[in-house]
Amino acid sequence: MTFGVIIFPGSNCDMDAVHAVTDVMGQEAKAIWHEETSLGGVDAVIVPGGFSYGDYLRCGAIARFSPIMEAVRAHAAEGKPVIGICNGFQILTEAHLLPGALHRNEGLQFLCQPVYLRVENNDTVFTRAYKKGQVIQLPIAHNEGNFFVEKDEALKLETERRVVFRYCDPEGRVSEDANPNGSLNNIAGIINEAGNVLGMMPHPERACELLLGSEDGKGVFESLAAST
Amino acid sequence: MALEMGLNDAEYDKAVEILGHTPTLTEVGMFSVMWSEHCGYKFSRPILRLISNYRQMADEGTMENAGVIPLGDGLGVVFKMESHNHPSAVEPVQGAATGVGGILRDIFTMGARPIASLDSIRFGPLSDPRTKYLFRGVVEGIAFYGNCVGVPTVGGEVVFHPAYAGNPLVNAMAIGLVEEGNIARATASGVGNPVLLVGARTGRDGIHGATFASVELTEESESRKSNVQCGDPFTEKLLIEATLEALATGHIAGIQDFGAAGLTCSTCETSAKAGTGMTIDVLKVPRREKGMTPYEVMLSESQERMLAIVEKGHEDEVAGVFRKWGLNAALIGEVTADGMVTVMEGDACVARVPADWLADRCPTYSLEASQPDYIDEARSADLSNIPDAEDHNANLMALLGNPSIASKRWVYRQYDHQVQTNSVVVPGAGDAAVLRVRGSRKGIAATTDCNARWCYLNPFEGARAAVAEAARNLACVGARPAGVTDCLNFGNPQKPEAFWQFEQAVKGMAAICEEWSIPIVSGNVSFYNETPDGSILPTPAIGMVGILNDVTKRAEMGFQREGDIIMTLGRPVRGVVEELGGSEYLVTVSGIEGGVAPAVDAAAETALRETLIEGIAAGHILSAHDVSDGGLATALAECCMVNGLGAEVVCGTDDRKDVALFAENPGRAVVSCRTEFAAAELARIAERHGCPCNLAGWVKGDRLKIGFDRHAIPVDAAVYDMWTTWDTAIPKALAE
Repeated sequence: MTFGVIIFPGSNCDMDAVHAVTDVMGQEAKAIWHEETSLGGVDAVIVPGGFSYGDYLRCGAIARFSPIMEAVRAHAAEGKPVIGICNGFQILTEAHLLPGALHRNEGLQFLCQPVYLRVENNDTVFTRAYKKGQVIQLPIAHNEGNFFVEKDEALKLETERRVVFRYCDPEGRVSEDANPNGSLNNIAGIINEAGNVLGMMPHPERACELLLGSEDGKGVFESLAAST
Repeated sequence: MALEMGLNDAEYDKAVEILGHTPTLTEVGMFSVMWSEHCGYKFSRPILRLISNYRQMADEGTMENAGVIPLGDGLGVVFKMESHNHPSAVEPVQGAATGVGGILRDIFTMGARPIASLDSIRFGPLSDPRTKYLFRGVVEGIAFYGNCVGVPTVGGEVVFHPAYAGNPLVNAMAIGLVEEGNIARATASGVGNPVLLVGARTGRDGIHGATFASVELTEESESRKSNVQCGDPFTEKLLIEATLEALATGHIAGIQDFGAAGLTCSTCETSAKAGTGMTIDVLKVPRREKGMTPYEVMLSESQERMLAIVEKGHEDEVAGVFRKWGLNAALIGEVTADGMVTVMEGDACVARVPADWLADRCPTYSLEASQPDYIDEARSADLSNIPDAEDHNANLMALLGNPSIASKRWVYRQYDHQVQTNSVVVPGAGDAAVLRVRGSRKGIAATTDCNARWCYLNPFEGARAAVAEAARNLACVGARPAGVTDCLNFGNPQKPEAFWQFEQAVKGMAAICEEWSIPIVSGNVSFYNETPDGSILPTPAIGMVGILNDVTKRAEMGFQREGDIIMTLGRPVRGVVEELGGSEYLVTVSGIEGGVAPAVDAAAETALRETLIEGIAAGHILSAHDVSDGGLATALAECCMVNGLGAEVVCGTDDRKDVALFAENPGRAVVSCRTEFAAAELARIAERHGCPCNLAGWVKGDRLKIGFDRHAIPVDAAVYDMWTTWDTAIPKALAE
């Protein structure tokens, strides 16, 4: 499977994503400069983390206007997979490919730490390698990861099982204490209605090698690779 | 006016003599920044020549922006540490942020990709509201810049002491990786080659920052906020990518970042190094403010700018790379053969100065050094009345709750320490950071260290101890020390006492590095760290980089599993009260900042280091942690808290329990092994190296118990309680 990794000015997890899918997962990857207008036939798109456009104005607010985003939109409309990680999630919400917004962390501080996540829905192209209810550990590193969405939309997300990952404790209990940033309903990752666009604040690409402390992130890429 | 800018009468006269005429305003400004201590090292240079690597690089003209050590496989590790103390004292967020930005530019200007940062920061007591403001601001600034630019902040130190109250220290270190054949040089070679200014636009920020760094802080310093630069990490990130891409074209003849003294420094230094000159036109410098004078353009310290000397005919190609990344690339001049930096404003010449005089021939001074009076008094403090106790739980808790010893989680969780996905040992997990090198089995370890209280009591021995501690910390993760960078923070050098501290510290550092053949490849001097209330503690911060031959063979500090065997390596304390000299414990229980700080036994340290490195590589040692601030009891507590495991440990002597528990004698480490076989093998390795090795106890339960015989168990504390005290000390102090 070929992953296209978009590079915006200020992206800084782009090469980490390329490394994870190629060197670790043995898949193909293609770095795509944001001024391109075509994805060149990739199977899946990764919108990586970082500080696109320095997070100026609002995280992801400028990147959504980059030329490549039209192609990403079209790719998503065809039902092909798109993952936004961290700043990538923020960009996808700004681009309205996903609902909601990522506000500043409740503690008003940047947080870089491991968190536990419960896999809420393993019936997606991104999570089929996990067990339902499985507790995994991934790192977060963000200043604006406090997911918020209006009440009606939240209800929709929950009833349609579009909340994919939720912050929890090591035993899988979802509690306020286990919520690092104040996200609504401990939401860490969601999918769109069609189920082919995933946005998540934690970094699966940082957790693909035991040498770095965790392999729990591999499941996201494994799930996708198994879908072709 | 020249005086106001920092030149003294004799220096001004010298400048007139060199120029042969009364200097223009721009020329005075250029001389004064380049001949400041900050840029010209006019006071420190004679002492720095005591460092053999420095002497060699200075004499051969091979001094670069940062030092390089070979990693093997054709790769080099580039690293340097630099201070940003004065800017951080008046504007903590921007001061710290631009400190990080500046040191990163020193790395990538050499063609190296920055792979890690470390920050050694020191403040006054956290009870002081001003300190809270500075501490929060500095951490925020480091996070703001480092996180955005995508370079992981993997380590450092955080220390609190009243001597830093008005003058915090912010020492930033950066590490990069470069292919050895592709190291870029900061030379303006090739007469006729075009000169490009790339990166951000130039504004009025930071004018005379270098001069500001070369005076003491006073009440008026607050009004010098305009001397502090403003950082834009987004532009820096683009500049990193663009610079590395531009260097890869092979058409850059020389490149230099803009640090202190901005355009003045980069034009003079690159010209002097190549033995060439340069003519530039300030009107061609892209600006972000209107009406800037040539003087302002030449002295601005606006951030995120570089000077690139490009092979003639390739300027469009190189400029195109920078423009692709959305950066300015302005042709501002060309290399000449006359050895002069000529500054034009259109058709008018506004300054014409000899490059070498400004860059390399700053007048140097031999300053008077004399031992301060406090030294004898402090060293002869009477410790005989310090009482020992049967129960030391409360003392251990007090140390764990001391912000200097307490967990720094509040700090490092604000830093992205994992971006680039190479961080193998992360902050809080080990005695040093460890990074893997992709495509190789090797690992790079890094640490910064300095016990400034020991340097205060004896700067020569204190500096030796700082080097020894850094080397020990690297060995505790399994790395062999490979190179040193230093950041030498002292008071006003024109005071003989401060200069003596500086001289002694450099001698101590140079001596032990020479003895151990660890090259000092780069460094920085920061003087004038004084306020009307006094000077800082002499603080020669040591940044050290080590190499692991196999990154999978490494150790972290936390105990691993119930039942593991705990051993101590290194010479145990003798058990006399004098051994508490210079310890954190002594200050905590008695308020005495004195006694004789322990001196490093270089041979014993080497024996310990070799034992650790070999024991870890062989897989016998599963965890390792050195004994430093707070002594053996604190070290054991830290080993317990990381993974929430208890321990039962028996100490050798009970003549003085306080000494056994809290003395900070260097050259010791706590390690754990899984099996009796591993422990026996480790003992054999230790014996071969001449390092004492003793069975201390077992990883057991959920309490830390330290006993001396069947009767006395002076420490018996729940790991959870210790952890709570230790983990919350800093956020609690901030909230009070």
